[in-house]
Amino acid sequence: MKKLLALVLALCMVLAMAACAPEEEAQQGGDEGGLIKVGIINNDPNESGYRTANVEDMKRVFCEENGYEPSFYYSMKNDEQIAAAQNFIQAGVDYLLISAADVSGWDTVLKDAQTAGIQVILYDRTINADESLYVASVVSDMAKEGETAVTWLESQGLDSYKIIHIQGVMGSAAQVGRTGALDEKVASDENWTLVTQQTANWDEETAKQIVESIIASGEEFNVIYAENDNMARGAVSALDDAGISHGVDGDVIIMGFDCNKWALEEVLKGTWNYDGQCNPFQADYIDEIIQKLQAGETITEKVIYLEEKGFDAKTITQEDVDNYGI
Amino acid sequence: MTKLQNPIKEAHEPLLKRVVRSQIFIPVVALALLVIFNLIMDPSFFSITLKQNNDGDPVLSGNLITILNNASELVILAIGMTLVTAASGGQDISVGATIAVAGSVMLRLLCGTDARADTMETSLILAFVVGCLASMLCGAFNGTLVAYFKIQPMVATLIMYTAGRSIAAWVNGNKLPVLNDPTFAVFGGFIPGIPIPTPVFIAIACMIIIALVMKFTTLRLYTQSVGINSYSSRLNGLNPAFVKFLTYVILGLCVGVAALIKVSRSAINYSTIAKDIEMDAILAVALGGNALSGGKFSMTGSIIGAYVIQFLTTTLFNFKVPSDALPAYKAVVVIILVVISAPVFRDKVSKMWKAVKGGK
Repeated sequence: MKKLLALVLALCMVLAMAACAPEEEAQQGGDEGGLIKVGIINNDPNESGYRTANVEDMKRVFCEENGYEPSFYYSMKNDEQIAAAQNFIQAGVDYLLISAADVSGWDTVLKDAQTAGIQVILYDRTINADESLYVASVVSDMAKEGETAVTWLESQGLDSYKIIHIQGVMGSAAQVGRTGALDEKVASDENWTLVTQQTANWDEETAKQIVESIIASGEEFNVIYAENDNMARGAVSALDDAGISHGVDGDVIIMGFDCNKWALEEVLKGTWNYDGQCNPFQADYIDEIIQKLQAGETITEKVIYLEEKGFDAKTITQEDVDNYGI
Repeated sequence: MTKLQNPIKEAHEPLLKRVVRSQIFIPVVALALLVIFNLIMDPSFFSITLKQNNDGDPVLSGNLITILNNASELVILAIGMTLVTAASGGQDISVGATIAVAGSVMLRLLCGTDARADTMETSLILAFVVGCLASMLCGAFNGTLVAYFKIQPMVATLIMYTAGRSIAAWVNGNKLPVLNDPTFAVFGGFIPGIPIPTPVFIAIACMIIIALVMKFTTLRLYTQSVGINSYSSRLNGLNPAFVKFLTYVILGLCVGVAALIKVSRSAINYSTIAKDIEMDAILAVALGGNALSGGKFSMTGSIIGAYVIQFLTTTLFNFKVPSDALPAYKAVVVIILVVISAPVFRDKVSKMWKAVKGGK
C-alpha cells in the first residue's frame, strides 16, 4: 500500500514538473516580446519625505505602461536587502536596481548577479564594491550640495558670519557632504565662525533645544545652517519663541536642505532664506541608462550625478515650489 | 529579595537615615548635583527672561524653561512606564512607535485625506480621543500578550516597536501630514498671553491626576502586590492578569497625551518622531530608584528622574559638548546615576557603612 502511495506521489511530481516546464518557457518567450524585468531594492518608504518621493518616482517610471515588469522590495536592513537581491537573481530579472542600506557586504551577491548576466544599477546611495560589478550609479553629490549652499551664503556679503551649525546623524552621507564644505570655509576664512556645531540627528525638537540653549547663553549669531528642513524648522521655532527676526530682512539667515514642499513654502514667504535640493527623482536617469543598454550601447560614465538646485527666497517662484517640493 | 521594607522598623529610624534610605533620595541628589555643577560652571544657566515672541505675546525663555518644557512628554510617559514596570516586571519598548501611531491618527483626522490643512478639519477633542483610543488599543495589544499569553514584556512589545512606525505611515497613506493651524500649535507651544509653555501645564495636570488616582483608588496596592508576587495576590482575590493588562492600557493613555504634545510641537516624521524616547522613559523609572524587576515603586521618583534626564541633556547642549562625544558623556553620567540608585548597590553601601560604624 505504502509503495503504491509513493508511486502515485512520485508520478504526481513528475507530471507537475512536466506541466510547469512549458509554462516557464512560454513566460520567457513573452519577455523577449516586451516587458523588461527589473528588481528594485529600496529603503523603507516611511524613512522620510525624501524616501517617499523617491519610491513614488520609481513606481511612476517602472510600470507596465513603460514596458517594465517591476518587483519592489523595501527594507532599511542591509542583510534583508541582500537576501532580496538573491531572490531577484533566482527569479531571473534582467536588471537589478539597488539603493543600499549600508555601503558594505554586497560583493558576493553582485558577483552572483554578474554570473547570471544581470545588469546592476545603483541609485541614490553608493556602495563599497569593485566598479566592474555594476553598470552605473546614479547618486546625489552631497559634497556639492554643501558647496552650493556655502557659495550662496558667501554671496550674501555679511560683515561676519556667526553660524549655528546643526548636523544630521553623524557619519551619514548627507551629513558628511553638507558639513564638509562649511567646515572647510570656516577653517579658511577668519570672518566665518561656528557659534556651535551640534548634531540633532535630523530631529526637529533636538534642533530647537540646541538653538534655545544658545539663545539662553546670550551669544550672538546671524546664520542657522541646518542640514535638513526639519531641523531648520525647529531652529526657527526657537527664534520665534525668543522674538528674534529671521528670513529676508531678518536678523538671522535660515538655511535648510531637502526641499520639502512646506519648507519651500517658508522660503517663498521669506521666513527662510535658502533651501538646498536633495534630488529624489532618479527614475528617469535610470530609465535612460536601461534604454541605452537595451539598444546595445555601452555606458561610459560610472557615476552619474543628479542635477541639484538651491532655492533663494529672493528668486523662488510658486512654480518651483510645485515642481521641486517633495 | 528585600523588596518590602518593614514599615514599622522604618518609622523608628532617625530622620537622616530615613531620608537617605527613602527612594526619592537618589534622583533628588542627582538633580541637586546637576544644579550645583551648573551654578559653579555657568551661573547664567539659570537666568530666565521675559521676552516677546514673534507674534507679540510675552513668553518666558531660558534653560530652566526649556527643561520644564521638554521634559513634559517624558514625565507623562514615565508615569505609565512606572506602573507597567511595577506590575509586569518588564518594560514597554514600543512607546516611541505608539506615539507615532497615535500622532498619525490625530493628524489623519485633523488634516483630512490630502494630508495638508490650514485649519483643523474635525474637532480637536474628537481627534484627541480617537488618537488616545488608538494608543490604548496598542497598549491593550501589548497587555494581552504580556498578561494572558505570559510573553516577556520586552519581547511582546518588540512587535509594536517594529511595526508601529509602519502602521503610523500607513494610517496617512505614506504621506507626511502638515497642519498649519496656529490653534493646534498651542499644545506644544504657548497659549497666547500666557508666558509658560503649555506642555508644562499638561504635565502638571497628569501628575495631579495620577496623584489623585494613587490616593483614592487601590491601583497602587494592586500593582505592587501583583508585581511582588502575582501568585499570592491571586490567592488574595486579585486578578493579576487583569491588573497587568490595565497598566499597559494606562500607559497607552499616557502615550496618547504625549503624542498630542509631540505632533503639536513638531511636524510629524514617522521615523524620527519620539525616537528612542522609550529608553529615556525606562531610564527615568530606573533613576527614580525603582526596581526594574517590578514590585514596590515610587511615582515621585520616576517623575524627578524624567526631569533629571532633560536637565542633563540641556546641560550638555549648554556646554557645547561636541556632537560625536555627546552620547558618551550622557552614557557615563547615566551609568553612575543608575548604579548608585540600584537597590543592590545601596544595600551593599549601607552594610559597609554599618560595618565601618561598628568597627569604631
